[in-house]
Amino acid sequence: MTSGILRSRRPIRAAEVGLGISITVAIIAIASAIPHLPWQLLKPLTSFVARYPLLNALANAAMVANFVALQCLGFIWLERKFAGWMQARVGPMHVGWKGLLQTVADAVKLLLKEDIVPTDADKPLFALAPYLVFVPSLLTFMVLPFTSAWVGYDLPLGALFVLSISTTSILGVFAAGWGSNNKYSLLGGVRAIAQLLSYDVPLILVMLSVVMLSGTMSLTGIVTQQEKLWNIAAHPLLMIPAFLIFLICTLAEVNRAPFDLPEAESELVSGFHTEYSGMRFAFFFLAEFANNFFSAGLAVTLFFGGWLGAGLPAAVWFTLKTLCVIFLMMWIRWTLPRLRIDQMMSFCWKVLVPASMALICAAAIAGVSH
Amino acid sequence: MPVTAPSSSEYLPIIVFTLVGIGFVGATLLFSRLIQPHAPSKAKNSTYECGVAPTGNAWQQFNPHYYLFALLFVVFDVEAAFLYPWALAYRRVGMYAVGEMILFVVLLGAGLVYAWRRGALEWE
Repeated sequence: MTSGILRSRRPIRAAEVGLGISITVAIIAIASAIPHLPWQLLKPLTSFVARYPLLNALANAAMVANFVALQCLGFIWLERKFAGWMQARVGPMHVGWKGLLQTVADAVKLLLKEDIVPTDADKPLFALAPYLVFVPSLLTFMVLPFTSAWVGYDLPLGALFVLSISTTSILGVFAAGWGSNNKYSLLGGVRAIAQLLSYDVPLILVMLSVVMLSGTMSLTGIVTQQEKLWNIAAHPLLMIPAFLIFLICTLAEVNRAPFDLPEAESELVSGFHTEYSGMRFAFFFLAEFANNFFSAGLAVTLFFGGWLGAGLPAAVWFTLKTLCVIFLMMWIRWTLPRLRIDQMMSFCWKVLVPASMALICAAAIAGVSH
Repeated sequence: MPVTAPSSSEYLPIIVFTLVGIGFVGATLLFSRLIQPHAPSKAKNSTYECGVAPTGNAWQQFNPHYYLFALLFVVFDVEAAFLYPWALAYRRVGMYAVGEMILFVVLLGAGLVYAWRRGALEWE
């Protein structure tokens, strides 16, 4: 295990490993303490921050970036445990209690890995791709409401913003696929574009039907509209098919099996990020899990009443519902085999697009006759 | 609820979030650069092709079919750009707006049927 590192020209010192681990642990400790801080004592500070929009935005951005980075640690552990359970294995067991720190160990390992840039690659594109993939997924978290108060920035155009920003990450995927100058990467890149663009169309139309029924594009507004009844229960005939289409599209958008063609291991090594290593690879991975959490959170916001619920605190409700959707996605991922590209594309354009077009017509008639 | 155009200050958080995101990626990559080994070699930096020496360049022709889907996407994406503002206002206009929108969707649907009939959706 250590031989690869030790044989390199500049050996890793124990102190560096210690530094990496202690910084990671410190970040986790600080972030996990944030919800438990006695906010009353910080009132002078928070009111000072709130007075300046720039400071306020910076504080929110730091919180959201922290959350995005840290939720992955838990999410990846959950996914591996769940995969183990589905396949009658135990999953990670050795680092920490029940392997709980396995992801932390992996993150430290990725930090310490050499960053390899192929000689033939288009260097600027190759370097730009992780930014183009990660920044949009961070931006989408900005409008996701965890509770009515706990939202990075409640943009009035939230739903439209999510759609436009999440499509931007396709640019990064193609920059990675083209910039690597690798046949597997290029194939993965063009497949990713075809898939992401195609499945964006029904996604746009399905979200449109929710916006039509809610009469607002703000995600917080969409949740408060569901105060009496969750969308899925208020309009079951429209919203149950809408949720199913949404779920299928988000599975395709986050490259999850059965739609993991852009990084199909058995045919394309690892698709568009074949040539990436170390932290640059980690950002593709991070963005993928962040998008996954976001899609589940968005499904909860649009169809299952977001943070609304009785008894428990709002943020707990939101997290519980989101975890349920995440488990549903994991269940699908570890059950179904991968589709072929022709099946996948024709399913989108011949089934999902006509269905979602019919759905918005029905939603329009239902909305206006209310 | 009246729909008002957002003022420029409403976009400030978006700019800040973008900069924080870029900074987050940049800082992490920089930190990683400081502590990682750096030992490039000719074989290590060559293009990965399952261990054998790579043949030819990857920048060459690929299936033009992907373009057709990109074109179709543009059509439907523009549809979304028109329909989202409409979705906020149609209830005040009533059945007339719904009729117009259904007409618009049917026109687009005709385009999809045309592409389907011409075989643009078939994968060869």
